[in-house]
Amino acid sequence: MPGVHQMKRYSAFAVAREALRFHTGWERAWRSPEPRRRYDVVIVGAGGHGLATAYYLGKNFGITNVAVIEKGWLGGGNTGRNTTIIRSNYLQDPSAAIYEKARGLYETLSQDLNYNVMFSPRGVMMLAQTQHEIRGYQRTAHANALQGVETRFITPAEVKELCPIIELDGPRYPVLGALWQPRGGTARHDAVAWGYARACSAMGMDIIQKCEVTGIRSENGKVRGVDTTKGPIDCAKLGIVVAGHSGVLAEQAGFRLPIESLALQALVSEPIKPCMDVVVMANTVHGYMSQSDKGEMVIGGGTDGFNNYTQRGSFHHIEETVRALIETFPMISRLKMLRQWGGIVDMTGDRSPILSKTPIEGCFVNCGWGTGGFKAIPGSGWAMAELMAQGRSPLAEEFSLDRFRVGKFIDESVAAGVAH
Amino acid sequence: MSQRLPKGGRLIDRSTEMSFTFNGQTLHGYAGDTLASALLANDRMMVGRSFKYHRPRGVVASGAEEPNALINMGQGSRFEPNQRATTTELFSGLTARSQNHWPSLDFDVGAVNAHLSRFLPAGFYYKMFIHPRSFWKHVYEPFIRQSAGLGQAPTERDADTYEHFYAFADVLVIGGGIAGLEAARAAGASGAKVLVLEQTAHWGGRAPVDGGHVGGRPVEDYIDSLVAELQAMENVTLRSRCMGAGVYDHGYVLGYERLNDHRPGQDGPRHRLWRIRAKQIVTATGAIERPLSFAGNDVPGVMLASAMRDYVVNWGVTPGQRVVVATNNDDAYRTAIALKKAGVDVLRILDARETGGGALMNTARDMGIRIDCGRGIGKVTGGKRVKKVQICAQAGAGGALEEIACDAVAMSGGWSPVVHLWSHCGGKLLWDGDQAHFRPDPSRAPTGADGKPFVTVAGSANGHLGLDAILPDAGEAGRVAAQAAGFKPKRAAAVAVDPTTEAPMEPVWMMPAQARPALRAKAWLDYQNDVKVSDVRLAAQEGYESVEHTKRYTTLGMATDQGKLSNINGLATLADALGEAIPNVGTTTFRPPYTPISMGSIGGEARGAVFQPVRETPMYGWHDSHGADWEPVGQWRRPYAYVRPGETTHDAVMREVRNVREGVGMLDASTLGKIVVKGPDAGRFLDMLYTNMMSTLKPGKCRYGLMCSENGFLIDDGVVARIDEDTFLCHTTTGGADRIHAHMEEWLQTEWWDWQVYTANMTEQYAQIAVVGPKARVLLEKLGGMDLSKESLAFMEWRDGKIGSFDARVYRISFSGELSYEIAVPASQGQAFWDALMQAGADLGVMPYGTEALHILRAEKGFIMIGDETDGTVIPQDLGLNWAISKKKTDYLGKRAQSRDHMTDPTRWKLVGLETVDGSVIPDGAYAVAEGTNANGQRNTQGRVTSTYHSPTLGKGIAMGLVLNGPDRMGEVIDFPGTDGTVYKAKIVDPVFYDKDGEKQNV
Repeated sequence: MPGVHQMKRYSAFAVAREALRFHTGWERAWRSPEPRRRYDVVIVGAGGHGLATAYYLGKNFGITNVAVIEKGWLGGGNTGRNTTIIRSNYLQDPSAAIYEKARGLYETLSQDLNYNVMFSPRGVMMLAQTQHEIRGYQRTAHANALQGVETRFITPAEVKELCPIIELDGPRYPVLGALWQPRGGTARHDAVAWGYARACSAMGMDIIQKCEVTGIRSENGKVRGVDTTKGPIDCAKLGIVVAGHSGVLAEQAGFRLPIESLALQALVSEPIKPCMDVVVMANTVHGYMSQSDKGEMVIGGGTDGFNNYTQRGSFHHIEETVRALIETFPMISRLKMLRQWGGIVDMTGDRSPILSKTPIEGCFVNCGWGTGGFKAIPGSGWAMAELMAQGRSPLAEEFSLDRFRVGKFIDESVAAGVAH
Repeated sequence: MSQRLPKGGRLIDRSTEMSFTFNGQTLHGYAGDTLASALLANDRMMVGRSFKYHRPRGVVASGAEEPNALINMGQGSRFEPNQRATTTELFSGLTARSQNHWPSLDFDVGAVNAHLSRFLPAGFYYKMFIHPRSFWKHVYEPFIRQSAGLGQAPTERDADTYEHFYAFADVLVIGGGIAGLEAARAAGASGAKVLVLEQTAHWGGRAPVDGGHVGGRPVEDYIDSLVAELQAMENVTLRSRCMGAGVYDHGYVLGYERLNDHRPGQDGPRHRLWRIRAKQIVTATGAIERPLSFAGNDVPGVMLASAMRDYVVNWGVTPGQRVVVATNNDDAYRTAIALKKAGVDVLRILDARETGGGALMNTARDMGIRIDCGRGIGKVTGGKRVKKVQICAQAGAGGALEEIACDAVAMSGGWSPVVHLWSHCGGKLLWDGDQAHFRPDPSRAPTGADGKPFVTVAGSANGHLGLDAILPDAGEAGRVAAQAAGFKPKRAAAVAVDPTTEAPMEPVWMMPAQARPALRAKAWLDYQNDVKVSDVRLAAQEGYESVEHTKRYTTLGMATDQGKLSNINGLATLADALGEAIPNVGTTTFRPPYTPISMGSIGGEARGAVFQPVRETPMYGWHDSHGADWEPVGQWRRPYAYVRPGETTHDAVMREVRNVREGVGMLDASTLGKIVVKGPDAGRFLDMLYTNMMSTLKPGKCRYGLMCSENGFLIDDGVVARIDEDTFLCHTTTGGADRIHAHMEEWLQTEWWDWQVYTANMTEQYAQIAVVGPKARVLLEKLGGMDLSKESLAFMEWRDGKIGSFDARVYRISFSGELSYEIAVPASQGQAFWDALMQAGADLGVMPYGTEALHILRAEKGFIMIGDETDGTVIPQDLGLNWAISKKKTDYLGKRAQSRDHMTDPTRWKLVGLETVDGSVIPDGAYAVAEGTNANGQRNTQGRVTSTYHSPTLGKGIAMGLVLNGPDRMGEVIDFPGTDGTVYKAKIVDPVFYDKDGEKQNV
């Protein structure tokens, strides 16, 4: 059992000190060990959710004999492919609870991890462009008030003041108002994974990259461990946190998940000087946009209309998305698309996640975040750690697999066909 | 200084002078110049500032790979940031401004970052700005954002238009260099339909600059004859200024054609996006030269050797007067020779190879150029322009052997094939150790649906750097592609080509090889994003070992050139730091587009009014000229209300409601979906689709029906009319028509494919008008025609007949509780019929009414509205609609789901009416609160409002809502807090507020 790894703290002072010796003194952000034969807990998937789960297992429950196993490179799935939006203005109680928990944790995550994840609470607005959308967002505003989520419905004039590049009176769908969450925003997606990884490693956890799980072993309905490309690893508890491949791992464990895998499309423009200080989601026309700290306009589209596992960009969705955003922000017409890509998202029937026990005792699953997982990372990890450590978590309660059997769906698309 | 040479320049027309401005100063160039060549001709070597350190940046390349020469171009509605000067064709009146500096290019405050660069290594922001917490949003981030970004944001609506083209090709050739042309000829000779895309305005690529002979003729002549031959072939199409932007699954390719960039203001679209389906693709995308990593390799005046040669040969411009050449391969000798021939001093060729080069070295030496082998550049000094070069031993640590004053440096680190388009759709690469580059692995090409390769690579994109290898390779690629596309290629006679006599290159990833940290910290990999050798080594040291981690941690290759110059050098640096072989480190993923393409072109024609064309009913124009306050509903626009002068919208709605209740109103109901379901199994099909029994409906009768999803949730409702034994007409909601039609087809095509049923969406074939109110029958009878009496046409019946002179189908149905006829006439007759009704009803006080009045009328009557009372989580049982659920049927969509535990839970919220105690209107979307909080600290709730209005009929606020145990709590008062703190008290009542017994609709 290796001792806790002393992590050198990051600060402006440390950077200045290192500058004087050409930065030769910086140590590894996380160790890269070979796997041991046995851990108390194995988490499969070193994305944001998997690493956050490990982090809160250690931080909240003192469980640090943990391995996080990753097929590729850590943070290389949807954590490193999303459009970095953080918000919690959800309609249904269980969703608002876990996303608001996550948003609250994001507020102090940089200090907590001693790693600047650049959480930028610049505000998120969702445009209402039909009467139906107005009613839907007014409902959300009422729900949020009771859920402890700070949102309000704002006027077109307020929309324009917060986001001057927006076109209020476009020829097709005028902007009639917006649901505004002032403490929503963005964060640096890679940094979230790296920050958690560094903190996990410092607690003595092993993050094992380039290690693919090839089988899940159980005996008498209890989990025993995993087989990997680096050999077998035993564990008492197993967490499967592998968005995009959840169905594949579940099959290895011997159960099925109500999940489809779809490619979600995104793109960025070339960087320009700051012109947009908020996140805007336009759901009637379907597109959303924010500006990164590098200056790129970060644009999210929809999912391809067919199941697949290739993380590639396709054209048809970005055509619709860009077209919609040109109507919403006419100035982007003369910007250029720099890069487009796709990520594979888990889609459940009700578009809400699964944080649940499974038919295998000791085996837990965290998946199904659809198109909205990044914003949930800290809350998801918090709830999953609680579920794995204690067997139940109020935040995860409603997201169990059992809801599909009894029909107790958590459908967020109801208010206004909102993408999340 | 850089300047125009007295003669030469194969692409410029010295007789046509063009003036343009750079940072407000008027300069001159020639037709055929690029903006970059014209700037260089005017001694404007420094053209911008880098991203992070604001270092001076000069032109370093001559094509799409340029990372530095990015400018703000144009003005107002034609302004565009980040325009690449090397691919911008010069035109008279071009206005260019340099980017990323304040206050000016020469004096930039942001350049202080360069002096602090030691404190700002890769990833510094992850380690700093952590405390105090609020400073990130308000202090640090604004500062970082302001100093990042490049070009200015456009501010105006784009004045240009864009279009999409659709094309099909048997063989698509991407790249119009000599390899692409040769491949196209080979493919075209088979009879295949061939399309050739070339991103520049010129054919032949680098070959005319590099020179050589084919079949005894200069290569330039050979290219001319190739182009002429291809132009004469009817099955071959050539498009220049058209870049292959992306290769997608199954041979789908985007081409990006720049039609008017070089002549702005011309009629027609600015860009055209080609959406191409190709059976086979040949990527003849050429190769890009790599920079060398030495200290100061980013100082303006340091340029790729091939680019310097391009400027001399193509545009008659020399980037310097006294040039030093540094290389690890023979190709750079061509630059030295070209410069020398043009009369430029070549002070030294520093060849990193101990043994030097081949025949070209001898030619250069014979011309009097001094060549030092085993030597490299230790450091380039100069701020905004190269001043001196320190020469060192390549094998050493950088000790200066000699210093030469010069004003330009040509560098060559070898060539990398352009593998982007090969890779976009999954083509894999192999490492070629001899050439020190990645090239396509022919055994792992992108494959199509049949599992067979659909991309072939040709020429230097395939790693061939000499004409003698390029031409046969390209011809073969064309034949392979044609054959794979199903054609019989013809074998061509071989032509005599100059043999290549070059000495092998030697990889040089750091110059000198043992450079000290101080030198590595000044050796740039990514010029635009300011990533240096030291940054990549730091990433490796800190455990960011995956190439993707390194890229993201350092931002290497993430700039607008997407690492065309930096990627391979960065990978090699990373591999060296990790002690790994380069192929084990691998590449990052190549993503479309090859170079950035305009958002406008992606959007295409569909903008403004035709972004999503408005669906208009036949009476649209009438509504518009009669005060319609439009509301978007689906793709339609419907009048929310008809506002008269002096009225508020609210006033108008109240007036419209009262008029319907007291007199007669007219609603344009044409947008409601009308789907014909026909066939021997139509009744059986509808029995599965609706919760009600539809097969027992008699012809001539109507029945209100509910449709549920597989999960049991109510998704649509409407009146079904049985037209004859085999035919039903199903009305849907306005927004649901297309969705429900698709829903029907999905079930028919995937589940009940053997049932004999056809569906047709007839929504737009009819104009449908609801004539509603106690005077409705009087109004219609004034027009004459069919008998509309209660005896002849009872409630929930329909008849075909004449009203006045109009062929009409009349449905006796009501969504308001009033006497109501919905009358469908052919769409072409809609306006005339509307006019006739308005005229006939004038003395009855007939008025049109809009969607909001419609909503209030139905709410007063307790009728549900899909989208208000339903939201995808509500089942019919929640809404007290059990009467519309057949108990006799063994199955319907949703039946099983509705029997699940949660669906039969007695605590599900149920529909009730709500009346505010003080007559006010409960806000939309308000929730009824209960005591206490849940396990997550959220306030407990016991219901919510689904529809809420002021009822002019009842003179108070009424609402419908879903409430816990609602139907059992009649008369109880519950609290609905608003978002502003007001609490609305409402009494639970029956949801039918008006005419509970239904007498009025039945008269």
